[in-house]
Amino acid sequence: MDAKDILGLPKNSFPSLEKKSRPPKESQRKPDGISREVYALTGGLASLMPAIEASQLKKKPLPLEKITWQWLPFTSSARKDNLHLYHWVRVINGVPPTGDYSFAKYNKSVDVIKYTDEEYDKYLSDPTWTKEETDQLFDLCERFDLRFIVIADRFPSSRTVEELKDRYYSVSRAILIARAPSSGDVVAHSIVKEPYNVAQEMERKRALSMVLSQTRQQERRDEEVLVEAKKIAEKRLPPKVAGQSQFVASNAGAEAIERAVPGETVSPSNVQLPMVAPDNASTLASLRMFDREIFQLRVYLRTYALEQMVQAGNASAGLRTIKRVEQTLQDLGVNLKPRVPTKAVCAEHLELRKEILTWLNLQKQVQYKEAEGSSFRDGSYGETPGTPKHLHRGGDQDRTFIPDSMNFGVERVGKKDQKRKAPGAPSAHKRPRKLKASDL
Amino acid sequence: MSNSNPLPLKRQGEQSSDDGASAIKPSRLKIAIPSEDSDKKNANRRLKDVEICVPIVYGTIAFYLGRKASESQSHKWTVYVRGASNEDLGVVVKRVVFQLHPSFNNPTRVVESPPFELSECGWGEFEIAITLYFHSDVCEKQLDLYHHLKLYPEDESGPQSTKKPVVVESYNEIVFPEPSEVFLARVQNHPAVNVPRLPAGLNLPSPVPSDTVNDKERGDTKDHLLTQWFLNFSEADELLKLAAARQQVQAHIVKLRRQLSLVEGLPQLSKPPSGYECT
Repeated sequence: MDAKDILGLPKNSFPSLEKKSRPPKESQRKPDGISREVYALTGGLASLMPAIEASQLKKKPLPLEKITWQWLPFTSSARKDNLHLYHWVRVINGVPPTGDYSFAKYNKSVDVIKYTDEEYDKYLSDPTWTKEETDQLFDLCERFDLRFIVIADRFPSSRTVEELKDRYYSVSRAILIARAPSSGDVVAHSIVKEPYNVAQEMERKRALSMVLSQTRQQERRDEEVLVEAKKIAEKRLPPKVAGQSQFVASNAGAEAIERAVPGETVSPSNVQLPMVAPDNASTLASLRMFDREIFQLRVYLRTYALEQMVQAGNASAGLRTIKRVEQTLQDLGVNLKPRVPTKAVCAEHLELRKEILTWLNLQKQVQYKEAEGSSFRDGSYGETPGTPKHLHRGGDQDRTFIPDSMNFGVERVGKKDQKRKAPGAPSAHKRPRKLKASDL
Repeated sequence: MSNSNPLPLKRQGEQSSDDGASAIKPSRLKIAIPSEDSDKKNANRRLKDVEICVPIVYGTIAFYLGRKASESQSHKWTVYVRGASNEDLGVVVKRVVFQLHPSFNNPTRVVESPPFELSECGWGEFEIAITLYFHSDVCEKQLDLYHHLKLYPEDESGPQSTKKPVVVESYNEIVFPEPSEVFLARVQNHPAVNVPRLPAGLNLPSPVPSDTVNDKERGDTKDHLLTQWFLNFSEADELLKLAAARQQVQAHIVKLRRQLSLVEGLPQLSKPPSGYECT
């Protein structure tokens, strides 16, 4: 309404006309897609805009390119014989590609230096090389673009690759230096800057050849040597660290051993002596090692020495065994760490720990043997009905075994019955009994 | 007084101008030129197969201040290092450094003469580091001990007593392997030090004279105010416990060995019946 007022349209004066104009507005809005506000502002001119846009939209689609492949001839500037070759070419809109062969640009050649006869006589004369040989070398270098493996293969005399390289580079270097107006101009050149080293090259190839031709055994040996070297390097570190640390170590020392030995000889019976001997040997060895470490210390605490000794003893035992030892110490009413750590107390404490270890080991052995020997006990049990002497022995054995395990008694009875039934003949029963008696 | 003992040795060493080749072992002392005198040679030597042992007890005694106690000053405690028999440690120890909690004023306290103790007031429990420095002829290396200050009793029955303190002590022995001859001569008859029997034929230099009476009176802790609260550490009790435990373990070992021998003997019995069965 406001827009019409601004435009000064006369239709506004008639209310009936307003009603008629509304339907055509609604019909025009839908196809255009223009917002109501914009349409209201433009009025009747809106019909021209979409027509222009529609025409533009129609014009937008361009014709597609036609791509075809054709078998066409081509020439390459890299060749000198004007050979015509054919290949498939991608043609767009019927226009074949123009220009030189695309791979011709990769046809590169090395700029090999050329010398005159005068320059050779003046700078390049060498007693080990003749002019003919040098000329031939440079021709091959130019022909094969410094591929020295191929050049060496084509070279008439039996010179090595290193020798050919050395001659080529030394000649090039000499020529460059001679032709330069001043020495500063050629210094930057790669041939002058980095001279060819024959000895280094030969050594490098020799080493590489050795590595490539190495057998697996040699490789393993090298690895072992390296591993040992690392270990040695690591071993050198600990003494420095130990020196830096200010911890004071203590040791019951050899005197503890001296005290322990007579104690062991006195307290156990003669039967135990052979069993104790190997333990002493191992402990003595560990003590000697420990003494060496402690020897360097000038002062230490008794408790520290005791801890070190306990750790040394625990090193050979497992974690479970260590816990069992400590539990046993508590059960016996002994402190894990002595309250009065004098020399004698520490020695006694260490001996107690050792004996507890022996006790635990014996328990394992007995259990293992009992498990093995359970089947054999039936035989011994069968002896009881024998002669009176054997009855006594049988009685002793029964007494020792019964408190340990009650289950074995039941098993014995069962197995005994089985044995009696199996033979069947009464004479068979008598014969095995007599044999056993005679053996015993 | 004990601090002056090493001084004469140094002076005598400096005065001498004899050849250095006469020295048998390189000297750890500061004397640059050793002399030909036997006494001075002995001073540089260290005795092998000899071990000097110094039993010590270190710990704290804490008294509750009762009515006088405030929020930050509830206990008066003393930390000390004493001989196991309350003997004077000054013959071995030159000074003791107590490292207290950083919240104290001047947390590093040095005690230069015996008795080596330190008293303070506070409310908190913490770890006290104790560093022992020895005389030059004893050992150049220092020794570190650690003790946790305890102010409150274990059993919290009833209020804290101002008359009965909380005492925590640890027994330990300082061991000097291969001591110097001067050190051994100086302390071989001192009650604070345990010296084993010396090997026959060992000639010790005459000890440097010192005021023994004054040292003992000043340094030992026998007549100390806190002596009544010191704990007793009995080696005999500990040895008795260990001996009883060893007897029990040995009895078990004997029993198991008999059992083991019996079990091992059984397999032989089973061979005849098996042979009979084969026939």
